[in-house]
Amino acid sequence: MSKKPSKGGAPALDMTPMVDLAFLLVTFFMLTASFRMSEPVVVDPPSSIGKVDLPDNHIMVTVDDKGRAFFGISNASAKKAALIEMAAKYKVGFTEEQIIKFTGLPSFGVDIKDLPKYIDATEDQRAKFQPQKGVPLDTITPNNQLKDWIAIGGREAVKIYLDAKTKAEETNTDFKGKKPVYAIKAASKTKYIYVKDVIKTFTDLKLYQFNLITSLEGGGTIIDPIK
Amino acid sequence: MAEIQEGGGGQKGGKKRAKKQSTRIDMTPMVDLAFLLLTFFVLTATFNKPKSMELTFPAPPPIDQKQDQVKNGITFLLSKDDRIFYYEGEFKVADDPVKGPKTTISELNFSRESLRKYLLDKSKEMQDKILVLKEKFEKNQLVDTAYKRMVRDVKADPKSYTYLIKTDDKATYKNVIDIIDELNYNTVGKYVMVDILKPELDLVIEKVGAN
Repeated sequence: MSKKPSKGGAPALDMTPMVDLAFLLVTFFMLTASFRMSEPVVVDPPSSIGKVDLPDNHIMVTVDDKGRAFFGISNASAKKAALIEMAAKYKVGFTEEQIIKFTGLPSFGVDIKDLPKYIDATEDQRAKFQPQKGVPLDTITPNNQLKDWIAIGGREAVKIYLDAKTKAEETNTDFKGKKPVYAIKAASKTKYIYVKDVIKTFTDLKLYQFNLITSLEGGGTIIDPIK
Repeated sequence: MAEIQEGGGGQKGGKKRAKKQSTRIDMTPMVDLAFLLLTFFVLTATFNKPKSMELTFPAPPPIDQKQDQVKNGITFLLSKDDRIFYYEGEFKVADDPVKGPKTTISELNFSRESLRKYLLDKSKEMQDKILVLKEKFEKNQLVDTAYKRMVRDVKADPKSYTYLIKTDDKATYKNVIDIIDELNYNTVGKYVMVDILKPELDLVIEKVGAN
């Protein structure tokens, strides 16, 4: 590689292009990186041939392999509005600070009575938070908090979407927002009956269409179904 | 550029090097850092956005209305250890002179040779029809909307099978997704998730054991 191999000594290699490329990539990954707070539970969804991306605006219920339900709304304002309404309904007091902190949290899986304590906990404490039994979703007793979360969260998310839409129409600007969708994410090993309870909660609210979250099958090769 | 300066090698006792100061900077630490950062960002990047599968559940029928029996249904019963059982047609508790013998369940598994082959056999006719339409569409003899509508009509053909998916209390979520996936893959007409009935559950328990 050296220009003068006969003379020996250290071979000089022009590293400039490599360094350029390295910095270009660093810049790219830095700018595209989106940091998320860690979810309270890691769920490994099954794979499927489905190739629809999950819309950014969603209301998601996660079911882990023990059957615990976790609830999350992607839209921060809808989340805030839902918390305020839930607090009034279940008579749990939240400080202004807690409400703001709550909107930054990913999904949660605690009873609303434990929620203030959960919000105040640090991220490390939250991972070990007890009792993290999942959002109560008893379909028989009236204590179906998940149902209320979905109903209120869904209503708020749709309201915010519609408000933004009418506002865009009034000012004649391009509107790119998507209607919120309901998503269910469950671990492969979750018993289906647990998922069924969640689906029942949705259908009780007359919500019949939702997205089941899956990972992409076999590294992304999708074969034409009709073959 | 960033070459290693080797002290005292090379020229043996020859004339001294010119006093000219080298303008070269050792870039090694910078490159190290750049690659360290690059590795970090590559590893933390989340590229694959979660994929999703859209599913519509049927609205429950009004309470006083008796549910229609599905005429040509194929019922899949999912159980533990990824086992699938199925039967065709109506569920018959006992031998019946009109409807035929008592329902027995057969077993399938999630392999290419078993479930996929079974589904392909069942939906052969429909798939052929769709294939014809697809060919026409690709030759630009059909417009997009007409093609989509015709495919939907073929799928909605009352003669085609309706697949009912039922699970016992030990089946996993993965099994359900897998079977829906397989049904989607084979472009069958209609499928629906239904609650399992007691006599069906009994048949499954007979096969897999009570626990």
